[in-house]
Amino acid sequence: MLQNTRIEDFQSGQNGQKPRISGSVIVIIDLPCCDLSANNRDSQICRFRALYTNRWVFRKVGIELYGLNKKELYIADLMLAVTSLEETYEALRTFEILGIERKADISPATCPLIVENLGSSSSSPKDLFYALKVNGILKCDISAKFFEGIHSKLQAIVKDASSLLDFYYSIGSLVLIKEQGFKSNVLLGDADGIFHSIKALSQSDGRWRHSSNGPGSTIHAAGIALEALAGVVSLASTEVDQSMIDTVENDIMKLFDSLERYDGGAFYFDDKLLDAREHQGPLSTTSSAVRGLTAFATVTSGSLYPPGDKILGLAKFFIGIGIPGSAKDLFNQIDSLASLENNRQSKNDSFSSRKTTLVSIPLILSVPATVLSLTKKDQLKVKVSTVLGSDAPPLTVKLMEAFSSGSKDSSVVENQELKFDPENSVHFLDALPKSIDVGKYIFSFEIVLHDPEQKKVYATGGQTQVLIVVTGFIKIDTAEITVLDSDLGSIETKQKLDLYGENAVSLSANHLQKLLLSFQMTTPHGHAFKPHQAFLKLRHESKVEHIFVVGSSVKQFEIVLDFLGLVEKFYYLSGRYDIQLTVGDAAMENSFLQALGHVNLDLPEPPEKAARPPLQPVDHYLRYGPKQEITHIFRTPGKLPAQELSLTFLGLTLLPFVGFLLGLISLGNLKKFPTLVVPAIFAILFHVGIAAVLLLYMLFWLKLDLFTTLKALGFLGIFLFFVGHRTLSHIASTSAKLKPA
Amino acid sequence: MQDSNKPYETKVIVGGGEKVQQWSVYLIAVVVYMAIVGSFPFNSFLSGVLSCVGTAVLAICLRIQVNKENKEFKDLPPERAFADFVLCNLVLHLVIMNFLG
Repeated sequence: MLQNTRIEDFQSGQNGQKPRISGSVIVIIDLPCCDLSANNRDSQICRFRALYTNRWVFRKVGIELYGLNKKELYIADLMLAVTSLEETYEALRTFEILGIERKADISPATCPLIVENLGSSSSSPKDLFYALKVNGILKCDISAKFFEGIHSKLQAIVKDASSLLDFYYSIGSLVLIKEQGFKSNVLLGDADGIFHSIKALSQSDGRWRHSSNGPGSTIHAAGIALEALAGVVSLASTEVDQSMIDTVENDIMKLFDSLERYDGGAFYFDDKLLDAREHQGPLSTTSSAVRGLTAFATVTSGSLYPPGDKILGLAKFFIGIGIPGSAKDLFNQIDSLASLENNRQSKNDSFSSRKTTLVSIPLILSVPATVLSLTKKDQLKVKVSTVLGSDAPPLTVKLMEAFSSGSKDSSVVENQELKFDPENSVHFLDALPKSIDVGKYIFSFEIVLHDPEQKKVYATGGQTQVLIVVTGFIKIDTAEITVLDSDLGSIETKQKLDLYGENAVSLSANHLQKLLLSFQMTTPHGHAFKPHQAFLKLRHESKVEHIFVVGSSVKQFEIVLDFLGLVEKFYYLSGRYDIQLTVGDAAMENSFLQALGHVNLDLPEPPEKAARPPLQPVDHYLRYGPKQEITHIFRTPGKLPAQELSLTFLGLTLLPFVGFLLGLISLGNLKKFPTLVVPAIFAILFHVGIAAVLLLYMLFWLKLDLFTTLKALGFLGIFLFFVGHRTLSHIASTSAKLKPA
Repeated sequence: MQDSNKPYETKVIVGGGEKVQQWSVYLIAVVVYMAIVGSFPFNSFLSGVLSCVGTAVLAICLRIQVNKENKEFKDLPPERAFADFVLCNLVLHLVIMNFLG
């Protein structure tokens, strides 16, 4: 559609207009598909679509005439690379909640767009809705006169609407018009009727359909419907019938029956639709439901509302997503969290008779550091806040229980209260209890609010489990390595090891002896410690390795290598073996991998059938690298005779042929050559043929291959046959004639 | 051998036994050559030898067939024998050339 575009720089201030628009580009757009001369709805839609494609947001600055074609001049603002007002609103709302100021950048380009949108008579309710939403954030300077026409248009749409989205957009726009103060009294005349029409689209399980003859009902649509109903209630000129509100509250409770659950305690909604096109993910569905729920709860007060732990579960779902991948998902997440946070603000406007909402505000407990070091004397710190990080009301955090992970023994800690540091808003424990030793634990926290009244307002959930790893410096002592005699158990050599420092023992053993390594490990609190990994590695000079696991008894770690049984495993390789000890654990701050020294093993000779040691990996460059270059040695050709000798013999060979011809002449046989013309020709041809065959043979020897020769020979042979037959038969007949004579 | 009894062509080829002698001379020459220069390539030597031998044999056959005093071949026209001789020679020489290499 953007054909014949020319992009030029444009400096602002042409008409003294403000704000400055430097940094934008002019795009001259020729829209051949749109009939620019007509000003009807179709051409407007066409132009509108052309302007809002390809991630450019255009606004018109003028019209120029090029030849006979009217070309409209637009400015494309590169800073706002969105395709629609809906996405603009989502981006701005996300910035607003996160506290990022972008109005100064965005307002100059977007406000005129909003004005145009609101002024255009062909804008759909969806466009109006999002234009007003954006305006609510940017607060553009729009005169109120626009809104007379819009208001009456919207009221008409509301009366005639039949689909859920029509209701939603039109009612939402009216609410926004009222909120932004463009019109003083925006009221819905027949609130009960409208409420009823929206309610009619609901299903018995709490879901809503989009229209009366539309496809299946979804939770996503239910969220939209609840927002629309909230709008109706807030705009009603007379109070909506309470019984209808109660039925909607019942629907909300039924909706919560279809809440699904993740293992970590997160709750979410998901529509299971057969139609994949319409499918919104769990995030989109849940955020729609939460928006609807909180909107409805804001304008009504009721007795039935979802329990606090489910609200907390929804908050955990949103938080547990982390940072989503797309802008829309981010908006859904942040906006829902903001709804869960902000619904505590009581509306002190004309609805002062209503109480504050009964959708509880979730309080989230988090532990910033889950690895605590006993050596550094780390303190256990816990933070409690609302979902977006605002302060929580006064409360106490209690550490109820701490289980060592992996064992179901009784808790090592009972009911410790954490102190509160108001400066950093952190709850902490001065020092970890003495019963907490090195290892992995599951700590159970509980939040206790100081003001019991607030229990209805805030959702704290029951106990929160957090996995904490406590690390420390493990003492290793009484490390010894011994060579024992197998039979008698007497010690031949014994050496102490210092496993904190360097070691270089030098032992020797034969196959009748045993090697014993032992050491003890103790935690800072004096308990025996069992590491996750304890390996002993013996490595031969030929790089053959053997790894053994060091076992543990009650008191200490030890490993006995009985060489008599290991002879076969070692492939009967005698020689020097390097010893290496590896001890490690997640909770151990001084895990190590140490070379202890070497042992010279003397093993017997391998029998014939012994297994060979496995091939060690060779240097890859040797195997895959370039090989030595080989020069090809050709077979020495046989000694050929000297050139002269061969030529002499050639001459000798030809001599008899000459003698033959001489003999022919002397014999006088040439008299019998036919003198008549025709037979003479045949005779000549016969001799010529034979000569040709002999020539062919010469060529065959020199150059040709057998098949060509055979082909030529075939032709020549046929020729020769005919000719020869004629010649010889002629001669035969002449002889026969002569004979009787 | 009586030269006048023989028809024209056979006199040409057969020529009173001198022909066979000629081929025998050839044979001896080839063998001597080989003895001097060695038997590489051996196939060439063999083809030389066989050529001499084969042609001598064919010549002898022709003489036998043409000789009027030979009872077995009385009805065979000498021209036919000569034509056979020519054909066999051609085939022999083809094989020889192939083997010569």
